[in-house]
Order: sequence, then structure tokens, then C-alpha cells
Amino acid sequence: MNNNATSYAVEVEDLTVAYDMKPVLWDIDLKIPKGKLMAVVGPNGAGKTTLIKAMLGLLTPVSGAVHFTNESEDLRAFKNRIGYVPQSGSVDWDFPATVQDVVLMGCYGKLGWVKRPRKADMALAQQMLKKVGMLEYATRQISQLSGGQQQRVFLARALVQEADVYFMDEPFKGVDAQTEKAIVLLLKELKENGKTVVVVHHDLQTVADYFDWVTLINLCVVASGPVNEVFHEENLKKTYRSTGGLLRSVV
Amino acid sequence: MTTFIALLRDYTFQTVALGSALLGLISGVMGSFAVLRKQSLLGDGVSHSALPGVVMAFILLGNKNTEILLLGALVSGLLATFFIISIVRNSRVKFDSALALVMSVFFGLGLVLLTYVQKIPNSNQAGLNRFIFGQAATLLKRDIMLMAICGSVLLALILLFWKEFKLFTFDSDFAQSLGFSTKKLNLMLSFMIVVAIIIGLQTVGVILMSAMLISPAVAARQWTNKLWVMVLLSSIFGAASGVVGTAASSMVSKLPTGPAIVVCISTIVMVSVLFAPGRGILHRLYRRKRNKLLFKMEGGAPNVPSA
Ligand SMILES: Nc1ncnc2c1ncn2[C@@H]1O[C@H](COP(=O)(O)OP(=O)(O)OP(=O)(O)O)[C@@H](O)[C@H]1O
Ligand SMILES: [Mg+2]
Repeated sequence: MNNNATSYAVEVEDLTVAYDMKPVLWDIDLKIPKGKLMAVVGPNGAGKTTLIKAMLGLLTPVSGAVHFTNESEDLRAFKNRIGYVPQSGSVDWDFPATVQDVVLMGCYGKLGWVKRPRKADMALAQQMLKKVGMLEYATRQISQLSGGQQQRVFLARALVQEADVYFMDEPFKGVDAQTEKAIVLLLKELKENGKTVVVVHHDLQTVADYFDWVTLINLCVVASGPVNEVFHEENLKKTYRSTGGLLRSVV
Repeated sequence: MTTFIALLRDYTFQTVALGSALLGLISGVMGSFAVLRKQSLLGDGVSHSALPGVVMAFILLGNKNTEILLLGALVSGLLATFFIISIVRNSRVKFDSALALVMSVFFGLGLVLLTYVQKIPNSNQAGLNRFIFGQAATLLKRDIMLMAICGSVLLALILLFWKEFKLFTFDSDFAQSLGFSTKKLNLMLSFMIVVAIIIGLQTVGVILMSAMLISPAVAARQWTNKLWVMVLLSSIFGAASGVVGTAASSMVSKLPTGPAIVVCISTIVMVSVLFAPGRGILHRLYRRKRNKLLFKMEGGAPNVPSA
């Protein structure tokens, strides 16, 4: 049992989540091994965002639990080891702030209540902005960013968190091919540093290239495991079947 | 000019102007957060919901002291906010609907209680009316003290939790994922906004209070892209219109102070919406025209400036 605790970064047990009466996630059991780059794949409305939010504790599940390794420590220390890249549409980009302000928010967790960011935090923010290729935009107002740039700002903010486990909700959405390559390199670098990265991904073509672990999801977990073992025609059909059925029933 | 200087020396004027300035300053600061959180209507809701508290405090304690009545207002304002937050949290009803619902129930109750008070023999309810339409002239030194104390506490809290409020207002999910309690932050910020609203009731009244909360922030947003500048500007706009409004109402007979203040801040809003560089309507029109002209003259060369 102890052995398990060290080899899995996140363990999800019997997780059921519902917004209304109808559950959108049903009895999810999921083990995410440490140091993997994992894709979460599924059709629109499959519950990918919901799964990520539930794992982050942003939603209260109907039943079930989410465990992280060494989570016995106090809440803040443990939250500091979890990074989050939300879907970029989840905030109002007309908020009066600059790119740098937003990226700095990544270190707020480490700082805790009341304490302000220091020089070192600023430097870290600059460094991460450089990594995502947004350094020249540091002082720009966030309402003047394109969708792909917004995405990169959120990525930089998560990198500033210097977490062990990252959850990213569609970080490739609206990003051009070149930037996508750059981000993938970043993710692989995170992985090489022993981090666990969970990414909601829509492009089935690139799953095998980018990721080494994959979870197929549609209400339930259809399959989860190494890409070369579970990412095949049959499982994909199972995952996307219900939407296919839906489309047919509309026609 | 001499009348103006005499006015500045006038003790009543000083008191009322100071009170209005404080009110403008406080509502300018808290209003910025209300506007950025898309809760502009909170001012309307809470000020209307304060009415039953005011009347109830009068009925129960039989006392027309401002502190007592404001305490009643605070209690029912907080209660209303608490209801709104719980409804939003525990059901699928959205913020604006929950607010409208709670507000109409509370305001209705307030009117019923007010009618009841009128029926009590020899209770003149003029003292209560001042909370509906606001009567800045009734501000006393004690009231100013109260406002100053509440205002300092609010400002201190804003400074202390600046980082948290900023983060929470921009991206509450991310704040929660960092381990900040968004429940606490939400309650704290909402309650602070309520306190700011209650403070202003006596001066501008239930009906105009929402304008006092929103207008300085909306005007300030036009001029800047930085949160702290916005909050600062907003408080300056609020305070300035407090003073100017009071002066105007002292010099023009029969011009009530509350509405004068609101007219003043509304003017600032109009000017800001029209003329502010960058976000102002005129500047946008000008920019579009200039770009069109440049495009025509340079034939759409790739170096057309994109402002
Ligand atoms: N706030 C909400 N209230 C009620 N239902 C919701 C809410 N958010 C999502 N849902 C529902 O839950 C289901 C799962 O949504 P979720 O956002 O997790 O899907 P997703 O897999 O992220 O989809 P996408 O690929 O479009 O991002 C959907 O059927 C959606 O309609
Ligand atoms: Mg989603």
C-alpha cells in the first residue's frame, strides 16, 4: 500500500459529480502515475473540465474522494504543489491588470495571506514569461491579448507556481502550430523534472506524439493507461460513441 | 467669491462636505470591487434591503439616533446579502435574479413596516424618511466620526488583503486552487461593500446610493488599466463630487445635497465615457477615422499603425 502511495501522484476513488440531478461524472476511478504526461481525451461535455475541477477541489463531489501523495501536510503546503491552467474563457479579460500582474498571481499561493510579491517573485515571473515567449508583452494590458496569448499567460502563471502536479484545461486551444510545439517542449521539460502533468486535449492526431499516458473519458472512464496500450480505435469509438448517437438522433 | 469663502468657513457646510467626501471616498473604493465583480446591482439591492432594518430598529428601540438606525440598516443589509450569496451558492438562480428577489421582499417588508409606524400615534416619522431620500443636512459631527472610523477600517482591510481581493476578483477558481478560502473572501468583500452602502444611506438615501457606488468606479475604469490607479481615481472622483455637490446645494436654494452629489458624479461619468483616452467613445471614433485615412493614403501598406 505504501508502495502505491509513492508511485501515484493522484488517486481518484469512486468520484461522482453532479451539477443538477444528473451526474456528469459517474463513479470515476483513476490513478495518475507520477512523472507522466497525461492527456484527458473525450468529446464536448464529457466532463473533462468537471473532472479537473473536482480533482482541484473546486467542486464538491456527490461521492468519492481525491488523494494526492503526501497530502497529510497542512492544506496550503499541499495546495502549493498543485498548478492549474483554467480554460482561458473562464475569466473576464477586461480586468484592469497587466500581463505581469496576472503571471505574478502564480506565486500568491506560496506567499500566503497578506504577504506581497518580492523582487525574486518578479524575476521568476519574468523568467516564465520568457519561457512562453511573452516577455515583450509583460507590461501590456490583458484586454489587448489574442486568445493564444491569453493561453500562454495562464501557462506562465502556472509555471510560476512551481508545482509538482499540473492540471491544464485545453492549453492548446487557439494556439498556432509553432507555439503548440514550444508548449509541448515545455510540458516535456516539466515531465523530465519529475512533474506530473494532466492536460485536457482535443486533437487526437497528436496524442501519441505529445503524451505518454492517456485517459479516455465520457461520463465514466473508458480507459486509462499508457498511450500505446489504450489509445486505439476500439476505445476511441467507445468514448465518442454517445456523441455519435446524439448527432444521429438529431438528424 | 466672498459668499464662497464665507461658505467654506461655515461650520455646517464643513461638516456636511466632510461627510459627503468621506462617503464618496469609501463608496469609490468599495464600488470599484463591486463593479469589477459584475455586482453593480448590489448597491441597489442592499440599500433597498436596509429599509426594514431601519424601521424595525425604530419600532423596537423607539429611538431615532443615527447609530441605532444605521445598525438596523446594517443588520438587514447583511442579512439580505447573506441570503443572496446562499441562494447563488445553493441553487442555479443567478446573482441578479437572486438579488432582485431578495431586494423586493425586503423593500416590501420595509414599506409595510413604515405604514405601520405611521399609524402609531404621535410618532413623527420624518427621521425615518431621511433614509429613503437622504438628508445630508442632518449629518452631525458624531455621524462623521462614525463614517471616518468605518471608512478607516474598510481602507485598512483593503490595503491588508489587496493581493487576495485582486486575485479573487479576477479569477476566483484560481484563488481557490491556491488554497485561499473563496468563501471567506466572498463574504468579507460583500460585507465590506454592504458597510460602505449603509454608511452612505443617511446622505444620499436608499434610491441614489447605488449610483454613488457604481459611478465613481465606472468613471475611473475609463482612465486607467491598473487596478490600484482605478481604485485611487474612483475614490478621488467620489470624494470630489461629494464636496462639489455639497457646495452646489448650499449655494443654490432648494437644491438637495444627495441628488446634487449624484448629478456631479454622473457628469464625471459622462465626461469619462466620452473623452477618456483609449476607452473613451470620442477617442475610439477619432482612432477609427484616422486609421481609415491612413489606410486610404498609404494604400494599406503593411505598416499601417494598429493602435
Ligand atoms: N456550471 C454548470 N452547471 C450545470 N451543468 C454544467 C456546468 N458546467 C458543465 N455542466 C455540464 O456538465 C457536463 C460536463 O461539462 P464539462 O465542462 O466538464 O465538459 P468538457 O468535457 O470540459 O467539455 P468541453 O470539451 O466542451 O470543454 C456538460 O454536459 C455540461 O452541460
Ligand atoms: Mg472543458
